[in-house]
Amino acid sequence: MRGNNWKDYQKQIADDHYYYARSCIRQNFFPGSEKAFLDIMHNDLGKEFLDDPRHSSCTGIGYHSDVVPLETTMTVVARQFALMNEAGYENFTTSCITSFGIYTEILSTWNEFPETEERTRENLYKATGREFAKPRSIAHTSDVMYHFRDEIAAKAKHRLINVSTGEPLRVVEHIGCHYAKIFPKAGVGGSEFPYVLAGMIESWGGECIDYPERRHCCGFGFRNYLVQANRGYSIANSQKKLESMAPYKPDFIVANCPGCTMFLDKWQYAIAEMEGTTYGQNGQGIPVLTYEEMAGLVLGYDPWELGMQMHQVNVEPLLDKMGIEYDPSAKYLGRNGRYIGQPESSVVNAGCSKTVYDIRE
Amino acid sequence: MGKYFDMLMEDVRMKEGLHACMNCGICTGVCPAAEFYDYDPRQIVCAVQTRDDETIERLLKSDTIWYCGECMSCRPRCPRGNAPGYVIQALRTLSQRLGFFVESEKGRQQLALKRTVGDNILKTGYCIVPKVITPELHPEQGTVWRWIYDHDEEVFGKFSPCYRKEGQGALRKMDSQSMDELHRIFEVSGGKKMFDTIEKFSDAKAREMGYPNGADDEYMMDVFTTNSNNHY
Repeated sequence: MRGNNWKDYQKQIADDHYYYARSCIRQNFFPGSEKAFLDIMHNDLGKEFLDDPRHSSCTGIGYHSDVVPLETTMTVVARQFALMNEAGYENFTTSCITSFGIYTEILSTWNEFPETEERTRENLYKATGREFAKPRSIAHTSDVMYHFRDEIAAKAKHRLINVSTGEPLRVVEHIGCHYAKIFPKAGVGGSEFPYVLAGMIESWGGECIDYPERRHCCGFGFRNYLVQANRGYSIANSQKKLESMAPYKPDFIVANCPGCTMFLDKWQYAIAEMEGTTYGQNGQGIPVLTYEEMAGLVLGYDPWELGMQMHQVNVEPLLDKMGIEYDPSAKYLGRNGRYIGQPESSVVNAGCSKTVYDIRE
Repeated sequence: MGKYFDMLMEDVRMKEGLHACMNCGICTGVCPAAEFYDYDPRQIVCAVQTRDDETIERLLKSDTIWYCGECMSCRPRCPRGNAPGYVIQALRTLSQRLGFFVESEKGRQQLALKRTVGDNILKTGYCIVPKVITPELHPEQGTVWRWIYDHDEEVFGKFSPCYRKEGQGALRKMDSQSMDELHRIFEVSGGKKMFDTIEKFSDAKAREMGYPNGADDEYMMDVFTTNSNNHY
């Protein structure tokens, strides 16, 4: 079955010359990852990406909170395409899974209901005087990283291997619902056998964990997190995934979507504070990485230059397993190298007695 | 056909998301909201395809349509190619247009979403920026976020040359022409009208509920934080 499906879900990913759209959530919580993506593409792979300051949010979080109408989101997206055309690019890549879902949904809607594209063109022209042509290709930034996984493997300074045992690191990969559940053919491997993160993990020496709730939502649920009264939904769904993966003893989680990365990190903190439960093998939390951070570590980037100090769950146990040298005293330095104090301690990093996986067993 | 069903069918997401549901329930089986709330997307689709005005009006005024997280896990699973998540989006849009959203606790939360995410887009060009994620309203963000929040210029400055300034990089300030274009897009494409509609119906409801100043900050914080716990 996998063989047949796999043929249907191959994706054309452009080799070079991209218009790069930032993500509201990734730039808030993982700005080092966006920097690392561009640095890896420019400096390590010699690729050209335009970081155009004129583009805006796609409004995706507002759209999926139902306060921004579809016609408005379509017109904002059309403006991004117009800016891309003006700059002379045809390949569009976005650093956000919600945005990726938005772009694929809108292109599909325009195709299925041409009158919506016509209305969008009218709206855009009326609002901005701009016109647009649709992109030749749309990629999530992880698609691009996946596309160059073998080139990155060839330049690897570290592999996803436990240097003490020589065994592959055990990795939970989470691709994010809007990467392939809305339009399966837009994602590498579709929604049944998504391979975008698994391909990177395997190329760089790690081993993917298959666990019961592998494809369950991280629990964002838009209004179910954004409104304080609803956050029980969000933490409960993250908890369901964490409970399901913990017995498989993951060394780390890597997520495709910046929101998922943040929730799987922060809800581990909240669960540890509320219930004293942690999910890692060491009695602490499971580190949660972006794929840019994973690629950056493989290529030998400094973890604090990647922004890994911005995670709630400490990443040092993973760095130690990979044999990565780092300066603990540099973790909490500000932009000019000045110490700016450090976060208060938390249960998820201090370790606690009530772990789901008990290392003594 | 009922008038509400006809109004729903003006939304392309209904045309894409609802053909003929055979009530198999696989959408409910994979639904994160169904696990958490007293919620069953199969029943939503079933109710909508009755085309009955009374039934659909009840839905539009209920908490039920606001439970879905729009993860769209239902979409690839439906053997008939339906997407209950799209049906929900169409129901929510219509509920707001008609002012029915204020009749339920979860529906009234739309004001909070408009005043946070919605207003952020028009103020900054982004759905969120660090300074709106206050540790007081977001205790779940943890101790590291508090450290980042208290030292934002220092931390974000490490990764972006233009934090809250114009230029290339993360969390840059959007230039004024781009912001003007964004505002005009919201005006011509219905975004501004939707925001005004949410404000108008929320204000009337707030007064009806005994808030003397209408949908002020007190009302907004109440809808943001109130959970009657009658949803499970």
